[in-house]
Amino acid sequence: MSLPARVTTLVIAFLAVVAGGIFVALHYIGSQPPVEDYTSVASNGQVNVTLMTTPETTVTDKPDWVSYFIKSPQTGQFVHTTYFKVPANTQVNVTILGYDGCTPLRNPYWGRVTGTFTQSGRKNAEDVSIFDGKKYGPVTSVSTFDSWADCSVQHTFAIPGLGLNVPVASPPTVDENNALCAAGPCVGATDDEGNAPHSVVTFSFRTPKDGGTFRWQCFVPCGGGYVDGNGGPMATPGYMMGQMEVQA
Amino acid sequence: MAAEASNPVSAGETGGRRDGLWLLVIWVVLSIVGCLLVYNVWGPHMPPGAASTSASSQQFDTRVLAAIATPVVIGVLLYFGWALAFWRQKPGDDTDAAPIHGSTKLQATWIVVTSAIVLGLAVFGTYELVNPAGNGSGQGPQPIFNHGVLAAASDTSWAPNTNNILQVQVIGQQWAWTYRYPQFGGFETTDLVLPVGQQVRFNVTSLDVIHDFWAYQLGVKADANPGVNNIAYTTPYHTGQFVVRCDELCGIWHGAMYNYGTVMSVSGFMNWAHASEIQLAPVTKILPPYALTYDPTVLAKVGKVNQELGLTSAGGGYYNPADPEQP
Repeated sequence: MSLPARVTTLVIAFLAVVAGGIFVALHYIGSQPPVEDYTSVASNGQVNVTLMTTPETTVTDKPDWVSYFIKSPQTGQFVHTTYFKVPANTQVNVTILGYDGCTPLRNPYWGRVTGTFTQSGRKNAEDVSIFDGKKYGPVTSVSTFDSWADCSVQHTFAIPGLGLNVPVASPPTVDENNALCAAGPCVGATDDEGNAPHSVVTFSFRTPKDGGTFRWQCFVPCGGGYVDGNGGPMATPGYMMGQMEVQA
Repeated sequence: MAAEASNPVSAGETGGRRDGLWLLVIWVVLSIVGCLLVYNVWGPHMPPGAASTSASSQQFDTRVLAAIATPVVIGVLLYFGWALAFWRQKPGDDTDAAPIHGSTKLQATWIVVTSAIVLGLAVFGTYELVNPAGNGSGQGPQPIFNHGVLAAASDTSWAPNTNNILQVQVIGQQWAWTYRYPQFGGFETTDLVLPVGQQVRFNVTSLDVIHDFWAYQLGVKADANPGVNNIAYTTPYHTGQFVVRCDELCGIWHGAMYNYGTVMSVSGFMNWAHASEIQLAPVTKILPPYALTYDPTVLAKVGKVNQELGLTSAGGGYYNPADPEQP
């Protein structure tokens, strides 16, 4: 092989390695879940955000991982992401549809609700409604306060930077926990889809006046199958943790 | 060539005793000025500040070490600059420099001086680690360096300016810090509040992985290991806020694991502590009994439904340790 041909080969090989490194960095390290933009649907200083928790994530290659989903404000469909954007200085009205079963908190302290507006008509901040699913009895109110004594908490939605912590109630009975949604996201009319037992948690908080990025997370060790429940969905963006971008 | 090399007079005229004397005088003057400036002007602004006994002790150490290093830095730079200015090779001069020979006196002086500096710093460092107690570092469950720390008169109550020490438990968990105050009913909170001028003992532990409690402005830094109680001491000097960070890579949100603590007046602290004890009493009831460590895999109690769903071990474990997905 002539000298110019060898030089050309070496340069091409070098560039290929560099391009491969850049691709890996951008695709695997730099990538993040899609961001659901709620800024365009905010009105009168308020915006409604809907999330969902599921015991399975059948739309991904990790079907046995628990996960959060966010409802797209544009399409109304639940998207597998945990990143969303809201305006600054706005009241965010959150609804969480909790389809997962109960797992005790590692630290019972996080069973306490903090950082939300007082909810009218609710006896205690930790009481939430449970959807009956018809065959499991009437709608009941469950206290998430003591997750060790009761089967009452499945996950939490916490933004430590804002002092916000809301435990997501779980179906409280053995029968309900054995009849959880088998799809992810849990949408549909059958017993193992959207009609499965689940909780409906509603709360409101206010975003700060200045913009910024706030991480949020679950405090339940819900990475089942990993050391002390810390790995898997607990350590992967798009599952049990995410970011809230506040746009000033 | 041999004749030139054996002629010390010519070498001395251009770079010998006269240059050495000048270098020595300039070095001494610059070192004195530099040490004074470094210690007195720059020193008070060196990290981590002087907000507590441990912080001010660490700052003092940094000032001393910086002052000691100053003559060395000045000597190197001065010699370097002098060589560039006066000992450059002249155009067309291809001769070697004058040969030098070993000097027993110089070597002995070098060994004695450097040994004295190193051994002196070892003694100095050891003393500074002892006083104040542990210099803000975690010392495990049985602190070795607790000079000046009052004996703990009570683990369940505390009053300011008494023969007791305020205990604060620091609990790391992915990814937040919480704090328990055993002498105020054992309430737990996300707010770290300390009284000014009172000795504090931090009992640092973790509920999951290894974290590191770093109260930067207080000069307190202690690993938070699951199942281990790591003790650090300090006494805040000033009221105000300080930053608490995790300084051990502990997972994906490690970088976001920080918050702010507050040092307030003693009366303000007492009001806050008593109010928090009352306000958080319902939460305190459901917490596990106060202990120096907590097993992250075991629940202190488990309800009937939880047991029927599989959490059946004594106390209740979260997951089967033989799970095939364990990495």
